[in-house]
Amino acid sequence: MSTILIIEQVLNGLQFGVMLFLMAAGLTLIFGVMGLINLAHGSLYMIGAFAAATVAGATGSFLLALAAAMAAAALTGALVEMAVIRRLYARDHLDQVLATFALILIFSEGTRWIFGSLPLYLNIPSWLAGPVALPGGIQYPLYRLALIAVGLLVWLGLWWLIERTRLGIQIRAGENDREMIAALGIDISKLYTLIFALGAALAGLAGALVGTIQSVQVGMGEPVLILAFVVIVIGGIGSIKGAFVGALLVGLTSTLGGIFLPELFKLFTDPATAQSAGASLASMSIYILMSLVLIWRPTGLFGARA
Amino acid sequence: MKKLLMAAAVMALSAGLAAAEVKVGMITTLSGGGAGLGIDVRDGFLLALKQSGRDDIEVLIEDDQQKPDIAVQIADKMIQSDKVEVMTGIIWSNLAMAVVPGAVAQGVFYLSPNAGPSQLAGAGCDKNYFNVAWQNDNLHEGAGAWANQTGYKKTFILAPNYPAGKDALTGYKRTYKGELAGEIYTELGQTDYAAEIAQIRASDADSVFLFLPGGMGISFLKQYADSGVGKPVIGPGFSFDQDILGAVGDAALGAVNTSQWSKDIDNPTNKAFVESFQKEYGRLPSLYASQGFDTANLLISALDKAQPSDADAFRAALEAAEFDSTRGAFKFGPNHHPIQTIYAREVVKEGDVLTNKIIGTAIENHADAYAAECKM
Repeated sequence: MSTILIIEQVLNGLQFGVMLFLMAAGLTLIFGVMGLINLAHGSLYMIGAFAAATVAGATGSFLLALAAAMAAAALTGALVEMAVIRRLYARDHLDQVLATFALILIFSEGTRWIFGSLPLYLNIPSWLAGPVALPGGIQYPLYRLALIAVGLLVWLGLWWLIERTRLGIQIRAGENDREMIAALGIDISKLYTLIFALGAALAGLAGALVGTIQSVQVGMGEPVLILAFVVIVIGGIGSIKGAFVGALLVGLTSTLGGIFLPELFKLFTDPATAQSAGASLASMSIYILMSLVLIWRPTGLFGARA
Repeated sequence: MKKLLMAAAVMALSAGLAAAEVKVGMITTLSGGGAGLGIDVRDGFLLALKQSGRDDIEVLIEDDQQKPDIAVQIADKMIQSDKVEVMTGIIWSNLAMAVVPGAVAQGVFYLSPNAGPSQLAGAGCDKNYFNVAWQNDNLHEGAGAWANQTGYKKTFILAPNYPAGKDALTGYKRTYKGELAGEIYTELGQTDYAAEIAQIRASDADSVFLFLPGGMGISFLKQYADSGVGKPVIGPGFSFDQDILGAVGDAALGAVNTSQWSKDIDNPTNKAFVESFQKEYGRLPSLYASQGFDTANLLISALDKAQPSDADAFRAALEAAEFDSTRGAFKFGPNHHPIQTIYAREVVKEGDVLTNKIIGTAIENHADAYAAECKM
């Protein structure tokens, strides 16, 4: 196992982590501020990818496609918040899960109805295609480096938004005491719609960015959604910093576990057994990580609430 | 006048009832990520029925959502309350294993248009079970044979960690004579292959064999092309067929894949099939569509000779398989699985459309490896 391979795998883990962060950031904001479990967050990811594929197909511009992905997801998010989600804040989590699960089914079949069952084409633009040579003789795809950069930029942008702007103060206040900020004259329902749309836009951006190197198809959001929930549980619900650290931890554990656990097992058993045992343990690794974090800190790494 | 019309309507109605003599239950995947395959099988099947012009076959179609428990519920309902005599449609091997043994035990004929798990070809075979597509290992065995012909000596092989994935790698290794540069089981449904691609890059492989159906294959091929690794790719037709090529794009160009069917197999049935499918549905058929089409034509050929209620005669008519297949000559082996030629195809661009072109024969008249275990 060469150093080059290890560095490449660490980069892969980072890239996976920052993409998870885009999903988890919206989820954790929505849960933190509104106390809402939104299972349909994965559908917004899918909507972003489909919007991007459509716009990229029509205009050929990748940047326009990304803008369209964010706009479409934000708009859908805002509409859904006003039409459905708003009625759920006061109800318990079980009702929220039920209603947002129904939204998943509606969005999935609706998307199939509009776009058909076949996956759509969305590919890396020529100016981001191909590998680049990094110091030390590492060949790494330029697009994945760009994903890492975008993820870090979004993290910085969110940090600035929440720590340094008026909207950020309202969001933080909303997490702490929503009755009080309503009493102080903040239009709480507008704030909720805005936060929901912001979370949706990030999910849409993630869907478009990831859909470009994966497959744009109905149901693409659900596997990511599960990981995003693991991330916010590890990071602590409601914490952007927690979501960031949790996403990187999950990304690195999942990527490196898949590579090194089989190698580790090969020291003790024959290759075939090592491969299958290692692969099985690797797919459990992030859940094991989650359990360990929860034993150590029951509210997650940066969770404020008990 | 009114009375006359009524009488005519009643007569037409009763004629319609009398004509619908055979009930066929089709359970297939029409929603969720795997819907493209089920839709193609269904469309191919219905196209053949339409072209036959017969009105004595009634097809009940239900969506299994790719879930074994739902498939079993639908099958029970179709057999017990709808009284279907023939069933077909299942795409996935795990669903076939849940439904087929129970269905054939109740005397229903099952014609598989896709799934071909090894159990049903070997010890678990049944006199009422027919597979019109292939035994699961067939296309992978073809890929291994083609790798030998091409002169690959060190292949890196990967497949998802589930039964059909294991069958795939077993099938490849059964015919492939070279060494393995690496063997990886990925997670089922995995969409990011950066880690695996890095391992392929670091290995001394001269070729890559992959079995990654559906979205997994789309993701892998796009990421592999972008990584610049560039080692030649070979795989079964599932990862390179019409249903996913459009989404993969140019990243698939040049990939070699094996299939029992291709749209350029030169026979009149196939030509007419490709043309009429395109005309009816506005897209090119996939191998799944060809399998649905062949399944329906096999059924029709058997119904010409006997009714399913006369089980022995109907079974003999199915075994004879006297129909014009899109693959040319069609023949069942002793375990009711096809003995057929597997072709090597290459992904090419025709105008703006990505599709496959036959470049050679991987294995001729190939029977599956489990036939000997089947005692009917």
